[in-house]
Amino acid sequence: MATTIANTVSDSERTDSGSQAEKDILRFITCGSVDDGKSTLIGRLLLDAGAIYDDQIQSLQIDSERHGTTGTAIDTALLLDGLEDERQQGITIDVAYRYFSTDRRKFIIADTPGHEQFTRNMATGASTADLAIILIDATKGVLTQTKRHAFIVSLLGIKHVVIAVNKMDLVDFDQKIFEDICQEFREFARRLEISDVRFVPLSALNGDNVVEASSDTLWYADGSLLHILESIYVGADKNLTDFRFPVQWVNRPDANFRGFSGTVASGTVRPGDEVIVLPSKSRSRVQRIVTMTGDREAASAEASVTLTLEDDIDVTRGDMLVRLGNLPRVARDAEVMLVWMSEQPLSPGRQYWVKTCCGRTTGEIDPVRYRVDVNTLSRQPATSLQLNEVGRCHLKLHDPVCFDSYKRNRQTGSFIVVDRISHETVAAGMFLDQQLDESAEGLEGHNEVGGLKLQPVESSITAEARQARFLLQPLTVLITGLSGAGKSTLAAALERRLFESGHVGMVLDGENLRLGLSRDLGFSSEESSENLRRAAEVANLINSAGQFCIAAFVAPQQSMRDKFVEILGRENTIHVHLATPIEVCRQRDQTGRYAAADRGDIPMFPGVSAEYESPQECDINAVCTTPSDTDSTVARIMFEIAKNFG
Amino acid sequence: MTTKTTTAIDTHLDRLESESIHVLREVAAEYERPTLLYSIGKDSSVILHLARKAFYPGKVPFKLLHVDSTWEFREMTEFRDRYVRDELGLDLHVEISEEGVAQGINPFDHGPMYTEIMRTKPLKKALTEFKFDAAIGGGRRDEERSRAKERIFSFRDKQHRWDPRNQRPELWNIYNTWRHAGECMRVFPLSNWTELDVWSYIQREQVPIVPLYFAKERPVVERDGDLIVVDDERMRLEPDEKPVLRKVRFRTLGCYPVTGAVKSSADSLDAIVHEMATTRFSERQGRAIDRDEAAAMEKKKREGYF
Repeated sequence: MATTIANTVSDSERTDSGSQAEKDILRFITCGSVDDGKSTLIGRLLLDAGAIYDDQIQSLQIDSERHGTTGTAIDTALLLDGLEDERQQGITIDVAYRYFSTDRRKFIIADTPGHEQFTRNMATGASTADLAIILIDATKGVLTQTKRHAFIVSLLGIKHVVIAVNKMDLVDFDQKIFEDICQEFREFARRLEISDVRFVPLSALNGDNVVEASSDTLWYADGSLLHILESIYVGADKNLTDFRFPVQWVNRPDANFRGFSGTVASGTVRPGDEVIVLPSKSRSRVQRIVTMTGDREAASAEASVTLTLEDDIDVTRGDMLVRLGNLPRVARDAEVMLVWMSEQPLSPGRQYWVKTCCGRTTGEIDPVRYRVDVNTLSRQPATSLQLNEVGRCHLKLHDPVCFDSYKRNRQTGSFIVVDRISHETVAAGMFLDQQLDESAEGLEGHNEVGGLKLQPVESSITAEARQARFLLQPLTVLITGLSGAGKSTLAAALERRLFESGHVGMVLDGENLRLGLSRDLGFSSEESSENLRRAAEVANLINSAGQFCIAAFVAPQQSMRDKFVEILGRENTIHVHLATPIEVCRQRDQTGRYAAADRGDIPMFPGVSAEYESPQECDINAVCTTPSDTDSTVARIMFEIAKNFG
Repeated sequence: MTTKTTTAIDTHLDRLESESIHVLREVAAEYERPTLLYSIGKDSSVILHLARKAFYPGKVPFKLLHVDSTWEFREMTEFRDRYVRDELGLDLHVEISEEGVAQGINPFDHGPMYTEIMRTKPLKKALTEFKFDAAIGGGRRDEERSRAKERIFSFRDKQHRWDPRNQRPELWNIYNTWRHAGECMRVFPLSNWTELDVWSYIQREQVPIVPLYFAKERPVVERDGDLIVVDDERMRLEPDEKPVLRKVRFRTLGCYPVTGAVKSSADSLDAIVHEMATTRFSERQGRAIDRDEAAAMEKKKREGYF
């Protein structure tokens, strides 16, 4: 066996050391279980890339006979499972890191187990990875486990995913099976934030499409797994726009030198750049970028450097240097996603240590807004989080902290939560970009974003000119009512009528909005309210363009509807409420939603598991269950429009 | 002073260097009494170089600790005193087990107990005596299997023990540095480096290293397949053993009677990097300590061996 392996490693792969200093690094995570052939795949990759030395292969053979599951053949899983008790149990219990390199790249593999109870390990491995390999067993297809892996990968902000469809040899390298798996995964991945997904049909056992392209998959042309790993471009993932420099260490060897050391989290800095120190807001300019091998002209993301400033201002560890006009948030409150990692469940209101890229503070988590079922992606009401659970929470900090949303900046958007007594890392946290509980500080507060006072810009085209073009004073028709009340049908009929009359505008549909602009929102009442707020702002923009807007939303609470009307202005809105009784809505429902809500599959469903507050007043109250109902309601609305907006 | 024109972090060595410097600064910022465990080997040399870069133009803010087994190669202690103590002027403490010396503990007669008495015990003693709260070491995850799961910040209890089943998850580059009084953090800034990375970096930065790493004719006996260099008169030779001059060098350094050399003609950094990129053998094959039994290293680490 040893000779077989030695022969598969071509010497030329190892001997070319000419470009040792010119490589870049790709860090990736592998998701899958032993059953999917994950260990076999990594073992194959390491062996065929020549990363395993001969004496290690020999010792592997001894171990294979002692602990292995493959008889006399080498059990490559043993190459990977590092710790003694794991080897005896035959499972991987922790994140292990492996290294290999080719002429093009150095690779760091975070090898994590795929069992359900190890969400925490996967999140750990994913936190530093550029790419994820998710294994799918071709004989089994997309499993719940696959979806869980994809969700965690997406949650931790990995942009590139390679789906390794393994065991293709067991399905005779059938293209149709491969394509079906790809299609099913693609459908699912649409709900996630993964921008780059690739698929490779392979057999880890035989080495097909692992390092070399296989002759059994002539229908497949995108190259071997290693080829993809070597060539995939991840440079664009780095945030080179927002300059963020958390000060890690104040370097003051004597009275003549005062430098601020740290790692550039994102963006680029050059001598002469004007910077602002947060949270104090003092300003200065960068004087020098100091390193032992000479001053630098610039420093970008990931560089560990020392900056000196032109002015003698107070800067300490925990401060952040940023550029004027591009500020992170500085706040004591934040909406966050947490991956809970401790046997001790989250205790709302309890004090924890929190560490961000800037350093330590204390804080509380309160409340837990919902829990995400990592297998189905559905959101469930929760008051706490248990080990390996993921949920959205509100974080209250005792000191103001500088941060960005994790989606925009992995370095400044992440944090850990540490128990104050056991010092255990209890959670991994990611800042979200919206603030749900905006304090009502009046208009000035609303116009101040990121410390900058915003001024609306006036268009040179007047509202009158637009009205003359579109033959209508812009307005928004808000149609509310239970799911199944007939809102979409009415909206479509009204849109057609207005369009046929020569007007221009569009329907803003609640569901469409959730597919795009509001993809990040769930169905809690706060989030539904935020969804409607966004809808109102979009309607406002459409109206500003001189066009009509028809907004069809469930809008179950009076406060949401009030806010909507407030944003647009009472005088610009017609509120139509469809008072279709819930029994009728149920009968009309063709999507199975009411049945699902009855089973509890859809939590907080208005009219079933959440209250629906019928409006006290509205402009038009109607029931639309037949085409003639719809026609007469359209006529009533057209009459209102002609009266007030014609 | 020269000015570099490169702006981006381009190569794998730049990224590794940057990550390690970040770790070293975090240690300096988060701990009151950190120490750098200096073993004189190539990994220690790289860490020392990185620490100088991390705090330039300031001084390295760590006390260096060398646990001297008294069976070091002479060239190692010479290098330590000449370069680290005199040339760099660093604060270096050398810890020797007086008890072991008095009892005449040696690698020939005492086997595994030798490592325990001459290395592990004095290390624990020094860590406790100086009340060090963090100890930086040169361990790399690619060295052998049990290290693959080691954290960069690796927590040790009051008895300096490592519990591999109960490690803190390590996310992003945000390190959990918390500890209670009496507990100590082991920190491994080179976790993500491979042996080849270390050599490529030494070559690029021209990091000073002990001359034993370069091939030269040395008096050698062959013992159980290992090439042992006869470094001084304390070496016990079997009746049929006669040292012969052979051109050898070391990939890894330890106590000379149990550290195997490799046949090599690599007498420059370029030649070493080339040799490392083409070898078919791992760096640990020359270390008798690792062949005791399966999972030898993991056991040693649980007991407190670095």
